[in-house]
Amino acid sequence: MHKTWWKILGSVLVIYTAIAGLMLGVPRLPILNETIRNLYFHVPMWFAMIVLFSISVFYSVKSLSTKSEIDDMKAVESVNAGIIFGLLGLITGAIWAKFTWGQFWSFDPKQNFAAISILLYFAYLILRNAIDEEQKRAKISAIYNIFAFPMMVVLLFVLPRLKDSLHPGNGGNPGFNSYDLDSRMRMVFYPACLGWILIGYWVYTIRFRIRTIENKQQHN
Amino acid sequence: MMVTLQLFAQDNGVEMADSLRSNGKIYVVVICIVIILAGLLAYLFSIDKRLKKIEKENYTNK
Repeated sequence: MHKTWWKILGSVLVIYTAIAGLMLGVPRLPILNETIRNLYFHVPMWFAMIVLFSISVFYSVKSLSTKSEIDDMKAVESVNAGIIFGLLGLITGAIWAKFTWGQFWSFDPKQNFAAISILLYFAYLILRNAIDEEQKRAKISAIYNIFAFPMMVVLLFVLPRLKDSLHPGNGGNPGFNSYDLDSRMRMVFYPACLGWILIGYWVYTIRFRIRTIENKQQHN
Repeated sequence: MMVTLQLFAQDNGVEMADSLRSNGKIYVVVICIVIILAGLLAYLFSIDKRLKKIEKENYTNK
């Protein structure tokens, strides 16, 4: 994973989306107007977060069987990196909401549940800090993480659909489907998601490598 | 005159940043964003490089 080609690919894709996302044509829709371009920047944050949390839950499961400290560290650091993207997603969502729904925080189900799912992962980090003994900490937090992940998925993708939400794709709001299928937007949206996922993964590997060195120094 | 007529033909009444784009000023914003992104990404690369050096030192010391 010390190869650099995917880091360059991620950088190029992200820069491409900044240019193409602002310059290329988008559908003309009322209320949204030019803010439709936020799709290229707001949504990939959540994709990056979900990928990082998936990596985390994978290593949590693995650490339960291998009892390896490295797997445990990978699980924590991917949550640490994922939370940043989650917070950025919440903030950009609130700003977008201000200019389309009228308020930064309208207690929309999607917003509330997204905030709760971030809190779930804050709880994960706090839980870890509360336990001093390393093996116990690894085991308990891994089990917590395995429960937190499906909860996050349900909170983000299932519950908002059962309620009336302003967010597209939820509660009787077909929303984005009409222009998600627009080929012009796909040209930017998919590269944006891939690019930000790669950048997120990169941040996670940097965090993990720093932690490995810190860990080694502590043991010496 | 013909250009404006064509623009109106495309317009379905939804307000978009057409004049911003035709004035060319949007490029300024794009350039700024690209510079910021490129700067941050270059910074990330330099952190990565430094970390690699530290990792190497750590590895040889052991």
